[in-house]
Amino acid sequence: MSTSSPSNRVPFIAAAAAALVGLAIVFAFFVAPEDADQGISQRIFYFHVPIALTAYACFGWGALKALLLLWKKEERYDLESYVAIHQGTIFGAMTLLTGSIWAKASWGHWWVWDSKQLVLFLVLFLFYSAYFMLRFSIEEGPRRANISAVYALFGVVLIPVSFLAIRLAEDFIHPTTFTRDGPQMTGTMFLTFCIAWVAITTLAYALYRVELVGKRLDENLRELREALTA
Amino acid sequence: MSSGEKYTAAAYGIVFLTILVYVVIIAAKLSRLERETAELAELARSRRTDV
Repeated sequence: MSTSSPSNRVPFIAAAAAALVGLAIVFAFFVAPEDADQGISQRIFYFHVPIALTAYACFGWGALKALLLLWKKEERYDLESYVAIHQGTIFGAMTLLTGSIWAKASWGHWWVWDSKQLVLFLVLFLFYSAYFMLRFSIEEGPRRANISAVYALFGVVLIPVSFLAIRLAEDFIHPTTFTRDGPQMTGTMFLTFCIAWVAITTLAYALYRVELVGKRLDENLRELREALTA
Repeated sequence: MSSGEKYTAAAYGIVFLTILVYVVIIAAKLSRLERETAELAELARSRRTDV
């Protein structure tokens, strides 16, 4: 009989995430060449963009789990959707903070309201931040799970809009690195970006599994306490 | 240290700090779960001796 449950794999995923993040830092600072235009501050790109893509992925994952909850009516999807959106909000906050610092270094401003991509990402972030206010204002049970799932599904519409805003709006403030002609960077820079993207995605997945294990442990303990004190 | 270096250090520092805070929160939660598990084990033991 196999004993390899998802929680048993968490230490390996966490170790892989730590190793990959370390490798990504080495590549970002010691392997990738310095950008001729922006100098050292361009190195923020190697973590900022993967963090933003991971935030989108987490919100999308949360919406997918919400859809599965409404479709299959299995309780576990509610917790999985909640944890994914929680991760998305953490990575979203990191995107806004690192992006703001990069904007100050490159453009001389912490925030540019004219940039539609920035504003749409902020709208997406605030929308999913409000998810927690909605969720915790309703008593625990199937009603809360269903309303939270519907809300999470509505938010997913904002993801492609936010992601494609830079192209749709022809916004020239925020740089476009990936065009129809491919990535606008050297091979080493692109390799560094790919390593950082894999590293941040693995880190997010490790944090997602750790939080899920903690929440499930919490639920099991509560049930055990109720059974023992009944 | 140039301003570009300061901003880059601040951006990477924020990522590091966020993950560190997350680990601290998870560690605090683990301590609470350990305490609760010990309480429940104690409760189960006392029930067994009562029977």
